[in-house]
Amino acid sequence: MIEFQDVHKTYRVAGREIPALHPTRLEICAGEVFGLIGHSGAGKSTLLRLINRLEEPSGGRILVNGEDVTALDAEGLRRFRQRVGMIFQHFNLLMSKTVADNVAMPLRLAGAYSKSEIDRRVAALLQRVGLEDHARKYPAQLSGGQKQRVGIARALATEPDILLCDEATSALDPQTTTQVLQLLAEINRELKLTIVLITHEMDVIRRVCDRVAVMDAGHIVETGPVTAVFLHPQHPTTHRFVLEDEAVDEREQHEDFNHVPGRILRLTFQGESTYTPLLGTVARETGVDYSILSGRIDHIKNTPYGQLTLALIGGDLAAAMSRFEAADVHVEVLR
Amino acid sequence: MDAFFSGLFSNVDWYDIWLATLDTLLMLGGSLLFTLLLGLPLGVLLFLTGPRQLFENGPLYAFLSFVVNVLRSLPFIILLIVMIPFTVLVTGTSLGVAGAIPPLVVGAAPFFARLVETALREVDRGIIEATQAMGASTRQIIFSALLPEARPGIIAATTVTAITLVSYTAMAGVVGAGGLGDLAIRFGYQRFQTDVMIVTVVLLLVLVQILQSVGDKLVTHFSRK
Repeated sequence: MIEFQDVHKTYRVAGREIPALHPTRLEICAGEVFGLIGHSGAGKSTLLRLINRLEEPSGGRILVNGEDVTALDAEGLRRFRQRVGMIFQHFNLLMSKTVADNVAMPLRLAGAYSKSEIDRRVAALLQRVGLEDHARKYPAQLSGGQKQRVGIARALATEPDILLCDEATSALDPQTTTQVLQLLAEINRELKLTIVLITHEMDVIRRVCDRVAVMDAGHIVETGPVTAVFLHPQHPTTHRFVLEDEAVDEREQHEDFNHVPGRILRLTFQGESTYTPLLGTVARETGVDYSILSGRIDHIKNTPYGQLTLALIGGDLAAAMSRFEAADVHVEVLR
Repeated sequence: MDAFFSGLFSNVDWYDIWLATLDTLLMLGGSLLFTLLLGLPLGVLLFLTGPRQLFENGPLYAFLSFVVNVLRSLPFIILLIVMIPFTVLVTGTSLGVAGAIPPLVVGAAPFFARLVETALREVDRGIIEATQAMGASTRQIIFSALLPEARPGIIAATTVTAITLVSYTAMAGVVGAGGLGDLAIRFGYQRFQTDVMIVTVVLLLVLVQILQSVGDKLVTHFSRK
């Protein structure tokens, strides 16, 4: 478990104190995939780098599995960092070393592994990320997705408990992003590794994270399970990220509804209720007529969800709404 | 054919040319070796103590930078003469190959150090950050990440420095260092023996071409593209 206890960070630029992270309390549970989302400059990169002290905190304590990492000396910090893997937006592989040598690097730096042990681990890691045929190549000969997989293999070399991902898919195309996210989810599942990732794309959060914190101007403005934050965003910043993911302009959409008669509702289905034939049943039983104005059915990590905007006309509207709520569907009246 | 050549190059004593070439190569090899031994650590130190680097140290960087700039702004021909007492102290003579090496090294090492500093600055900061995140010590960051990543740049710097040293060795002839430059000045220039001048210039040109193409090949090889 990673615990932030009133951690804050200010930079001194030209004699002035610039706050990058306001005092923050945060708990990241062991074994979960935790996402930090925010626009650039929101402080998410600072928060991530505080965990392995690539950034030194200006105050507060950070506990990792009960150990205060802010109190570690240089040697203690080195040993701690060997238990925390990290991958980067621009991969940060050594161009002068082969794929195998890049993956072996954390093991050689730790100095605690025999040559045969290193060879064995590197072969196993390259197999895990599907690059066993590229061991002798140099990074410049690989595609972006392949480079990131080398980065992941390298980060896993010392069998860390925590993997930090710094915008790991932001430099990749959509198809490669999907593959890298699948690999991260698989690693989290199989190695029971805690993953902390930062991103500016809600889509990344939706696909792999269990919990999320939304950051804005150095503050965590909203935090919770991804299903809750994604389906029922509270903070304006969170709203904007969700809308960006759906690629809809809310105002535009509402203007379209001006010509639609009746009551406009947004129904949010989650989990099993997503696939129940609820709409037809309710319409028959209460005599309301409906038309679907917009909708989306997708997954949040492994949870299916659906979000429908409906116009309801005639019949017993109150009965229809209580029927929806009885079926565990969240109802929001838009008009 | 023989007659043609001896007619064309009547003043050229090929044995002297051979000895002068050997002297030039010795001066080049010796001074390059010491330039690398002195300049590489100096370049690394300049880089590390520079602004926003691992061992940022304003006063030390300013001092090193000042010394390097002073030595670089001194024309080599002046340095040759100013260095004579020091050279005698170190090598026992200010003449010949041995007498030429100290001023050559003092002239070239600051230049090489600056090029090394620039090559190290070209290394992506992200790579240093990634190496730190692996739990590397500062020593390991320098030897396992910085220097290997900057290798193509350092090789290119070595090539440029070697070629600069070739032209410095020619100047060293003025204070009695021997070598091809010395031959060119004493015979080609002062005795108007144009044929000696042509032969020495051609040999220097060939030497520079060889150095450049070997350097380029190594840079390409170590760029790992």
